Amino acid sequence: MSNKIAVRVENVVKSFTGGDSRVFALKGASLEARFGEILMIVGPSGCGKTTLLSVICGTLKFEEGQITVFDKDLGTMRNGEITRFRRENIGFIFQQFNLIPTLTAVENVSIPLILQGKSRTEAEKRARAVLEQVGLGERFKSYPNQLSGGQQQRVAISRALVHEPRLIICDEPTAALDSVSGHKTLELLKASALKPDRCVIIVTHDSRIYPFADRIVQMDDGHVIGHFDDHTQIQHA
Amino acid sequence: MLNIALKMLFRDRAKYAMLVCGLAFCSLLMCQQSSVFCGLMMWTTATVRNIGAPVWVVDAKVEQANEVIPMRQIEVDRVRSVQGVAWAVPLYIGIEQARLGDGSFQNVQVVGLDTGTLTGRPMNMKAGRIEDLRLPDSVVVDQVAVEKFRRKGIKIELGTTFEINDKSARVVGICHVSRSFLGQPYIYTTYDRALEYAKPSRKQLSYVLAAPMPGISAEELATRIDKLDGLRAIASDDLFWMTIRWYIKNTGIPISFGTVVILGLIVGVAIAGQTFYLFVHDNLRFLAAFKAMGARNSTLAAMVLAQAFSVGFIGYGIGVGLAAWFGNTVLAKEAPPFFMPWQVPAFVACVILFICSFSALIGLTKVMRLEPAVVFR
Repeated sequence: MSNKIAVRVENVVKSFTGGDSRVFALKGASLEARFGEILMIVGPSGCGKTTLLSVICGTLKFEEGQITVFDKDLGTMRNGEITRFRRENIGFIFQQFNLIPTLTAVENVSIPLILQGKSRTEAEKRARAVLEQVGLGERFKSYPNQLSGGQQQRVAISRALVHEPRLIICDEPTAALDSVSGHKTLELLKASALKPDRCVIIVTHDSRIYPFADRIVQMDDGHVIGHFDDHTQIQHA
Repeated sequence: MLNIALKMLFRDRAKYAMLVCGLAFCSLLMCQQSSVFCGLMMWTTATVRNIGAPVWVVDAKVEQANEVIPMRQIEVDRVRSVQGVAWAVPLYIGIEQARLGDGSFQNVQVVGLDTGTLTGRPMNMKAGRIEDLRLPDSVVVDQVAVEKFRRKGIKIELGTTFEINDKSARVVGICHVSRSFLGQPYIYTTYDRALEYAKPSRKQLSYVLAAPMPGISAEELATRIDKLDGLRAIASDDLFWMTIRWYIKNTGIPISFGTVVILGLIVGVAIAGQTFYLFVHDNLRFLAAFKAMGARNSTLAAMVLAQAFSVGFIGYGIGVGLAAWFGNTVLAKEAPPFFMPWQVPAFVACVILFICSFSALIGLTKVMRLEPAVVFR
């Protein structure tokens, strides 16, 4: 882990309107994520974790504050620039995997490269290499429904890593897995995703995976209420 | 990404099959019905096409080719007197009753050709010689007569005799011509003999056929002849379209076929539109994931359009192919009528294009409004 900041979030406010009411999901949240670390954002349901993750990766606009990712100020970027920025710099691991059921593992994994304009042959060659790294070299032609939950998450991890992004965003990566698979997934993520020039941000409320975090940020009611360097502290906080 | 889009579509077999079947059925219905309609319209112009004269002169009240208002014999000479007429000959066409060997009757369309020139003769003789019409009591029958008589147990061949209005007719030739709208067989004979077969009447001339001298167009000659009192002259092409327009305007045929074509359109829009909407709706989560991963709206739009138009293309191909197969099958039997000009598949292609665009539009409105952040919910 280095001290170089990859993501800086300062006093970010985000609200949603529903009818006449306006609900604040983020009420001035701030955090920093460094290169070479796994940062976990934890907290109870509805505290704003996923919203914070969404504004960090630019899939949601925020109203106030500042978010800087790799020294780029997301607040000043246009939609097209943010889309391109995501395509080139961010890898996603979703709670429900979001693997396309009608595409094979290798086709699913090749999508980020195809979005970057790589040829199908080149993309699938690279995708197969990454699938082999995560132990799915024999299953690259399998469809998602032919794979176990743990294997599907490994495909999802491969898809997040295949284009060598500098930021990996994980939304509840173990929520759909049993404890053993969840543990293995985090081991794999730590082994394959974590590099000195890369930052991994995980949103979770699965306390069993806290030990994999380098740092933990605790949220409640739209605020960041604590930063912890040791997972044991959060459990006693 | 288009490759990915097509894989997503083709491998969702149930929806893919539903989409292709819906569009194929819609194409088949529209193409087949439009072709049968065109075939029927071609039947209405069979006389014009079979005779093939450049200019037709009829009574001034005639509105279409199958309407015969008898004229005086002298009209032939009046037409001949018009400047620019290369030749003008009489033509008789009338529905008469033929009595077959077993005593049964069959309505036939007697065509009396100018005895000297046999102008308007059938071009495709299957047996015998058209010149033999100059022999006593001789007639040339078409393939419909052969078929209709065969169904009544009578085999028509050269030498076969039957009666038309109690007068003897002997077959000296069998020809193949376009069948008439009412399906009555054509019986060709000479003009003079046709008048003998016809019931006596003061006026018996059905048409005067004319041709322009070199350097004069058929339309120009028709305009000149038209100036004669009580006559109407029409160029062959104009009579062809005039007849079709008359049937479209004065019969329920277009409404009947038009209704089926519209039904095809509705079925296509309903099945394809709804299924494609469901397909896009089911894939919204994945499209949102693509958007989160950095896919542009234009990329997603291209994917949706590729999916919509590929099923459209395949469904169209199957539908038009089946219609063509149907046409090929019925053409051998010459019934029901079938004629597929290039405009029919082009029209169906436009309709399918509309259905696909409509379906894609429904899907695209969803995709364009899609927030990539929904992927985290």
